[in-house]
Amino acid sequence: MSERVGMEIALAAAETVALCRPDVIAAYPITPNTHIPEHLSDIVAEGRLDADFICVESEHSALSACCGASGAGARAFTATSSQGLLYMAEVVPIVSAMRLPIVMIIGNRALSGPINIWNDHSDIMSQRDVGWISMFAANGQEVVDMTVQSFKIAEHRDVMLPVNLNLDGFQLTHVVEPMLFPSQEEVDAFLPEYEPYAAVHPDNIVSMGTLALPEIFNEVMKAKDEVLKDSKKVILEVWKEWEEKFGRTYKPVESYKTEGAEILLLAIGSMAETAEVAIDELRDRGMPVGLLKLRLWRPFPFEEIRNAVKDVKAIAVLDRAVSFGGPGGPVFSEVRSALYDEKVRPTIISEIIGLGGRDVPVGDFIKIAEKAARVAKTGPEEEYEIFGVRGS
Amino acid sequence: MIEIRWHGRGGQGAVTSVEMLALAAIEEGQYAQGFPSFGPERRGAPVAAFNRVDNKHINVRSGVYDPDVVVVLDPSLVGLINVTEGLKQSGVLVVNTSKSPEEIKEEVQFDGAVAAVDASRIAWDELGVPITNTTMLGAVIKATGLIKLQSAKSPLEHRFGRVAQKNIKAMERAYNELKIATAN
Amino acid sequence: MEKAKKWPEDWQEIIPGCMVFRPGSAREYHTGSWRAQRPVYDNSKCIKCGMCYIFCPEGCISQDADGYFIADLDYCKGCGICAHECWPGAITMVEEG
Repeated sequence: MSERVGMEIALAAAETVALCRPDVIAAYPITPNTHIPEHLSDIVAEGRLDADFICVESEHSALSACCGASGAGARAFTATSSQGLLYMAEVVPIVSAMRLPIVMIIGNRALSGPINIWNDHSDIMSQRDVGWISMFAANGQEVVDMTVQSFKIAEHRDVMLPVNLNLDGFQLTHVVEPMLFPSQEEVDAFLPEYEPYAAVHPDNIVSMGTLALPEIFNEVMKAKDEVLKDSKKVILEVWKEWEEKFGRTYKPVESYKTEGAEILLLAIGSMAETAEVAIDELRDRGMPVGLLKLRLWRPFPFEEIRNAVKDVKAIAVLDRAVSFGGPGGPVFSEVRSALYDEKVRPTIISEIIGLGGRDVPVGDFIKIAEKAARVAKTGPEEEYEIFGVRGS
Repeated sequence: MIEIRWHGRGGQGAVTSVEMLALAAIEEGQYAQGFPSFGPERRGAPVAAFNRVDNKHINVRSGVYDPDVVVVLDPSLVGLINVTEGLKQSGVLVVNTSKSPEEIKEEVQFDGAVAAVDASRIAWDELGVPITNTTMLGAVIKATGLIKLQSAKSPLEHRFGRVAQKNIKAMERAYNELKIATAN
Repeated sequence: MEKAKKWPEDWQEIIPGCMVFRPGSAREYHTGSWRAQRPVYDNSKCIKCGMCYIFCPEGCISQDADGYFIADLDYCKGCGICAHECWPGAITMVEEG
C-alpha cells in the first residue's frame, strides 16, 4: 500500500532508489544533488539497504565504477549535476555503447562559468547525443515514480540502455512536499531482480568495452540508434503497467488545457507546473492557450509532438538552456526540426528562461504566451530570445 | 493557497521551520511545499524560507512574491530588511520581539494584522538556546489557524527525538502567549 | 580453433554492446609470420636470469623444464630486444631464410 509522506524531494529520490535494491552505488556529491548520494550512504550504513556504496573521489570514477559494477552484473546507480556530469562525460557515451543499464539521477544545475549552483538545463543538454534514455520529472511524485520506472526500462532485455532522470536543482531537489511512496513489496513486484545479458566473471568468458574499426563502426552506430528509438515501445509499456498498478498516468508529452488551443506553451521540467497557473489565468481571460509538458526527451517523441500541434497557430518553446551562437534553445530546435516537414506548421518561437536559477514567476509565462499570440499573426521577431534580460 | 515567507539568520533553523510546517500540513492531508531561499548562506546572514499550503496539489514552483504571512524569527531583522515587502494587506506579520504588536505595527508601517511574541525568551526558558524556529511555529499556527497545533507534534517528535518535548512546550507557549494587533 | 567471420556484415548482426564472447582470438594471429630474424639461444652461456622473458614485448618467451628460455616462433617478431638485454650474450639474432 502506498504511503503518503512529506519529504524533501532529493531525500525521497534516495529513499526510492533504495527501494529499487541497487547492488552498487558509486556517487560523488555536488550541489544541488548532495542529499541523494549522502542519504543513500546513510541508508546503506544503517543497514536498510544491502548494497556496496563506493565513496569515489570524483564523478569520473563514479560512472567508471558503475560501469565496472554493471558489467559484472550488478544493478548500479549514480547521481550528479552540472560540472560533475561533465567530469564523467568521457564515460557517458561508453556506458550506452556497452549497453549497461545504469540509472543516473541528475539534479539539473547550470554549467560553469561563472560558477552557478542553481537550476537550469545546460548540464543535461550538453549530453544530448550520447545514446542514453532521458526523462524529466516535473514534481516530487514524478521523481519517485520515474525512479522506479527507470530501472525497469533500462534493464528490459529489448532495451539494455542507461537512463538519466532529470529533476530541477533546488526548484525540486530542495523542496519538501507530499509524495506517495510505493511499498517495498510493490516495488519488488514491479521491478524484478536484474538479469544481465552478460556479466564479466571467470566462468563467463566475455570482453566488454571493445574497439571497432571504421569498417564496422557505422553499423554499430546504426544499431545503437535503432535500439534507442525502439526503446520507446518499452517505455510506453512500463508506463502502462505503472498506470495499472498505481493509477498515475505517464505520457511522453502531457497536454494541459489544449482543447481548442490556438497558442501553446511547451515546457520541460518543473517550470511546466508553474506554467499551468499561467494557462489557468489566461484561459479565465478567454485566451485559447494550452500547455505541452515534455516528459520524454530521448528518444525524442516526434509523433506525439506532431500530433499535439496539429491545429495550433503558434508555439512558444521554453528552454532553460541556450546553444550560444546557435539555434536558440535545445528543446526549441528539436521541436522545430520535428515540424519542418509538416504541411501545416505553426509559428514557433524560442524563449529561454530561468538560466542559472533566475526565478520565473507566473507573470513571465503569461507575457510569453501573449507574445506567442502576437507572433502568430506577425511571424517571429528574432531567432530566439533570452527572456527577461535587463538592458535589452 | 496560503504563502508564507520566513525571515531568519543562517543557523537559526528557518529551513527546519518550513519543513515542520509543511510536514504538519501534509499529515493533516493538505498539500504543502517548504523550501529555503536557494543557495549557501553563512551563519548570521539574513535568510528567507518559504511555505505554500493548499488543500489541492500546488503547481506553482516559482518564488513567493506576495505572501499571506511573514514570520520574523530574529528581532534584529525588523528595520534591517523590509520584512513586509509583498505582504498582502489581508495578511499577517508574525514577529519574535519583546515589543508589543502595536509597536511593531507602527515601526514597519503595516496596515494589516501584526502578531508578536517574545519567542527568544521562551526559547531561552524552555530550550536553553535562543533558537526560535520551533517556538515561532506555535505563533504562526495561532496567528493563521492554518493547521491544528496537534498536527505539528508528530513532525517535531520525529525530527528532534530526545529534545522534542522541550520544543513542543516552547511551541505551545508561543501559541498561548501570542498577542495580535488587528488590521486597520 | 575455427576462424570466425572477420566482422558482422549487417547492423542487425552487431552483438549488443559489441561484446566479444569468443576468448583468446589473438592466439590465431601468428605475429611471427613476417619475421626477418630470429633469436638463437646458446644455453652454455645462459645464467637463467629471465631478463629475456621479462623484456620480450610479445610475451612469447617461456621457460622450459630445465630452466632455460625459448621463444615461441609463431609469435616472435624478431625485434632483437631479448638479444640486446641478454648481458651474458647467450642470444644471437640470426637472419631468416
